[in-house]
Amino acid sequence: MGTASDPDLDLGDVLSDAIFNKFPLLCNRATKPMITQILFYFLTTLAILSAFTTVFLKNPVYNVLSLIVNFFCIAGHYLLLNAQFLAAVHIIVYSGAIMVLFLYVIMMLNLNYETEVHKSVFVKVAAVVSGGLLLLTLVGIFKEAEISATLLSDFTLGASDLGTVENIGKVLFGEFLLPFEVSSILFLAAMVGAVMIGKREIK
Amino acid sequence: MGAIGVLFRRNAIIVFMCVELMLNSVNLLLVVFSKLHSDTNAQVFVLFIMAIAAAEVAVGLAILMMIYRNTGTSDIERLNKLKW
Repeated sequence: MGTASDPDLDLGDVLSDAIFNKFPLLCNRATKPMITQILFYFLTTLAILSAFTTVFLKNPVYNVLSLIVNFFCIAGHYLLLNAQFLAAVHIIVYSGAIMVLFLYVIMMLNLNYETEVHKSVFVKVAAVVSGGLLLLTLVGIFKEAEISATLLSDFTLGASDLGTVENIGKVLFGEFLLPFEVSSILFLAAMVGAVMIGKREIK
Repeated sequence: MGAIGVLFRRNAIIVFMCVELMLNSVNLLLVVFSKLHSDTNAQVFVLFIMAIAAAEVAVGLAILMMIYRNTGTSDIERLNKLKW
């Protein structure tokens, strides 16, 4: 999309530009920042809805599919925040690899419909209460957090080329070289462990 | 949402997916803060979190498969003893 060569162009702007060019009759020049907002709210509600359906639906395949929708929404959020590399990696790693693993396991375990006896009402109420308390805590934190006056006055939201592959690569291979190499050892251990655990013994 | 899901559901696989939800929420938060403070380190950290989540899912699902093969159930209410 040319954002590497044009560092002043934010991907959120690019997305809203694309939508603006597609529907020229719907919007005029003044509503371009609003398109970003509309997109943001749409993605947010879709993400929250899919999170709800992930937790509360009975059929496990529906759960996995709604989790995939959730991952795509969060990747859309990353794109709005101009974290391009992370959005691509998110889609590839999470919805491309992890969810496929989940689907394999669900199909192997042959879970059709949740035939579980529900947990007792007390546990359910306790779960909702604790989740609600967590939400309250988070909302309270973010309301009370004093964004200092300097941050609000020149709210430049960071450089526009913050999330490009080039910049992340510089930091990844510069400052974070050791964790990068260690994570390769981690993957080796995880692969060996997974194969060892799942090995069927030949009797 | 992921925290509610972990406490609500009994099937081990769905609990696993709710843990993934929680990890995703942390990722989103980190990316937002990276943008706010103009810091690329947070995005690299998100990359590492994704990598670790992928490895953890692989190993966790392998364990779950073996448990299902050995006990025939994937219900965490019935798997509450350390040795069956």
